[in-house]
Amino acid sequence: MAKSNSPAVSTSQTWWLLGAALTALVPLIPHVPPWLVALALLLLAGRALLNWTQRKLPARRWLVLLTFAGTAGVLAQFKTLFGQNPGVALLILFLALKPLEARTRRDGLAVVFLCYFLILAQFLFDQSIAAAGMMLATIVTVTAALGSLADARARAADLLRRSGVMLLQAAPFMLLLFVLFPRIQGPLWGLPRDAFSGLTGLSDSMAPGSISNLSQSDAIAFRARFAESPPRDQLYWRGPVLNDFDGRTWRIERRLPAQRLPYVPQGPAIDYEVTLEPHAKRWLFALELPGSLPPDSLMTGDYQLLAKAPVTARQRYKASSHTTMSVGLDDSEHVLQRARTLPPDFNPRTRALAASWRQQHGSDDAAVLDAAKRFFLSQGLAYTLTPPLLGQHSIDEFLFETRQGFCEHYSGAFVFALRAAGLPARVVTGYQGGETNPFDGYFTVRQYDAHAWAEVWLADNGWTRIDPTAISVPLRIEQNLAAAVPAGSNVPFMARLDLALLRELRLRLDALANNWNQWVIGYNPERQREFLDRLGMRAPDWRQMTATLAVLAGLVLLGFTAWALRQRRRTDPVQRTWIRLGRKLQRRGLPRHPWEGPLAYAGRIAVRFPESATEIGTISTLYGRLRYGKLDPVLFSELKSRVARFQP
Amino acid sequence: MLSPMTKKPLEHLVRAAGTVILGKDNQIRLALSCLLARGHLLIEDLPGVGKTTLAHALAQLLGLSFQRIQFTSDMLPADILGVSVFDRDSGAFRFHPGPVFTQVVLADEVNRATPKTQSALLEAMEERQVTAEGQTRPLPEPFFVIATQNPSTQIGTYPLPESQLDRFLMRIELGYPDHAAERDLLSGIDRREILASLQPCLAPDELLLHQQAARAVQVSAALIDYVQALVAQTREAPEWQAGLSPRAALALLAASRAWAWLEGRDHVLPDDVQTVLPGVACHRLHPAGENAARLSPAEVATRLIEAVPIP
Repeated sequence: MAKSNSPAVSTSQTWWLLGAALTALVPLIPHVPPWLVALALLLLAGRALLNWTQRKLPARRWLVLLTFAGTAGVLAQFKTLFGQNPGVALLILFLALKPLEARTRRDGLAVVFLCYFLILAQFLFDQSIAAAGMMLATIVTVTAALGSLADARARAADLLRRSGVMLLQAAPFMLLLFVLFPRIQGPLWGLPRDAFSGLTGLSDSMAPGSISNLSQSDAIAFRARFAESPPRDQLYWRGPVLNDFDGRTWRIERRLPAQRLPYVPQGPAIDYEVTLEPHAKRWLFALELPGSLPPDSLMTGDYQLLAKAPVTARQRYKASSHTTMSVGLDDSEHVLQRARTLPPDFNPRTRALAASWRQQHGSDDAAVLDAAKRFFLSQGLAYTLTPPLLGQHSIDEFLFETRQGFCEHYSGAFVFALRAAGLPARVVTGYQGGETNPFDGYFTVRQYDAHAWAEVWLADNGWTRIDPTAISVPLRIEQNLAAAVPAGSNVPFMARLDLALLRELRLRLDALANNWNQWVIGYNPERQREFLDRLGMRAPDWRQMTATLAVLAGLVLLGFTAWALRQRRRTDPVQRTWIRLGRKLQRRGLPRHPWEGPLAYAGRIAVRFPESATEIGTISTLYGRLRYGKLDPVLFSELKSRVARFQP
Repeated sequence: MLSPMTKKPLEHLVRAAGTVILGKDNQIRLALSCLLARGHLLIEDLPGVGKTTLAHALAQLLGLSFQRIQFTSDMLPADILGVSVFDRDSGAFRFHPGPVFTQVVLADEVNRATPKTQSALLEAMEERQVTAEGQTRPLPEPFFVIATQNPSTQIGTYPLPESQLDRFLMRIELGYPDHAAERDLLSGIDRREILASLQPCLAPDELLLHQQAARAVQVSAALIDYVQALVAQTREAPEWQAGLSPRAALALLAASRAWAWLEGRDHVLPDDVQTVLPGVACHRLHPAGENAARLSPAEVATRLIEAVPIP
């Protein structure tokens, strides 16, 4: 680079480059290993110090050494150099190293473009509004750095302003491209994700404490948009169905899902659209019970909706549910037998109690069920977020000793009791309730709405939902979690019933984030078609979209050009006469240079056409007097006629 | 108020000066416009190309009093401004005005004096008055300094700093005479004899009238647009290290007016601006880049002119 023709970067330009590198680096700090962040900041600080003290840049061999050491570090950290995280880590390393050899403008440009690339990398990790806002600020800074490379003497404020203006001018094109550029299926950003840790949600098993953990989170599980909101006690969002019990933990039964519904939907339907947040598991949530399968989904024999692949990106699907329906009337004895199975050595007291119900009511399943409900009502069970720890016979201890529990205790104990009495029953987990965000009308279901209930098989009604929590603590279903637990419990912020103002603010932010997700991040081919349809483009294909895009972009460009021309077009009539003369002479091979004054041009014409020297002398004198002296209408018409007559 | 038709004496003056300084009509006109614009002139060139002769001829032809100060490295400010000497007769200090108290000062080889002495002269130029021993004395009117300077690469010089250069309205170069002019020079009679025989072309008050008239030459909005575009170009384009100041823009306008007046017009054309631009702008402007140092002022000005379309 030492022998490059490119001009050297000045001190102020180097400050800009370092600033740009830093702003591009900061948003990525949470996503790369701390040692790399420290190294990058150290290298940038070192470059800043060299810039400050006007010292020479380090020799090339040191940079080579640092590059290899850093790459080795990345390799040791990730065991590979390929993939999203190692790739970003390497880019950060190079971005921190490049300024140390940035001597010329060409090197500076390399730093700037590396910054632009890293800005894009930020979207691989985070696609929220905040991230986008941060990105915008970074883009303004990096563009200002680019501007400083072109104009070394501009002041910082001017560079920032110029960069902002340029980005604003680009905004119409960005919007057009965003709306009209043919979309590809699938999220662009979810591509290579290395890990999905840190996502909360329901799991495929339930032990005491597993759902009460979720109740501490007010993260959003999914959002739904209803045509018409159903009553609250119908809002059971079915998730994993737990059929196998080992004495402590309920687990799902692995069954092969099918591509069609195992029942025939009946009764009135509720239509809605669900936007599911990624949870890295396969289940999809729908109100009990869905009347159709969303695209690319399957259903198990116990009516659990599954995606074909784990949900690792926000997913949107339409669903319709029939909340009153009898299903499973013809389930095989094998299935029912499985739903009666219990491990033999647990909870003797509950077993004895169940046996007494059976003895009392004989083969009347409904009466046994009533007895179980009555027992749950009479036992005075308390609903709490902090249930006491339970020993080996967890259900006995819950029902007869501690009498404090959360929905997993209620449902687990209820299903156990029914099974012990010989009734087929199973635990269903999912979400219950939710809340309409008044600011965008979306129905929001959060992790603390996670719930577990029971499902019992009755000969005349098939699988029937019974919610033991609702029997003991109706407030949980009628209102929400916070209403049901004792005052002073540690309830997540959004579940609380006080602090209305803060909750409203939070709801507004949620609505904003949702709009962003629905219309920006989730702008997929369907959304695009829907939106363009609303704009009056019926069933557009990619050709039509590209053509429209080209036409509209051309129109915007034309608009800008017209505006720019208007700024210039205030041409003086006298000047127009002069320009006409220039055009006339251009045809004779003597065009006027844009920087040429009237006398200089006249001089050139006189040399080329000596016979016209006097005439052109008069014309140029007239023009100079009219344009740069006083405007005289008589002289002006003389100038016009002379120019019209002028024939060299 | 004079009309452009009364420029005859000025034409005569240019022609008369042309008999002394051969083949340098343009430089003579520039020097005269500088004087008409009430600015000071810096002539930078090698020794022996006629700097002193030009200054002397101008003073002579304008009928102005003339003093020459040869600057040397041991010169003190008092050598220029004057000094108070005790007068035994009156029993008091009496001020003996220095050579600066004259209408045309030729400050020969100004870059050979120390900065302290240089600044004494330059302050007098700016203020048009001299303050010595607590008393302020006005300099005569008109007051015109023609400084000459050897190219600062020569040995034993103190180059004028940029802020001091800015005090000069124009800096011009004389250059070697062309072949024919040099032949005339060599074969003709001694220039000093011609110089001595020159008669003033202007009455003493006439110069002031011409200066007033030059200041009243019309400048249209279109021309101001052009001057602004030129100045903006020096500030924005990366090929200049520092742009022209508003003072430089004012100087450019003043010099253009004087030139237009000299040309017998009552309005300024872009051509006038372009003609005076090398003299007015080049000592205030430093091109950036590697080859910058090798560019002559004319090339620098051409670059600037060709980058700005005339509005």
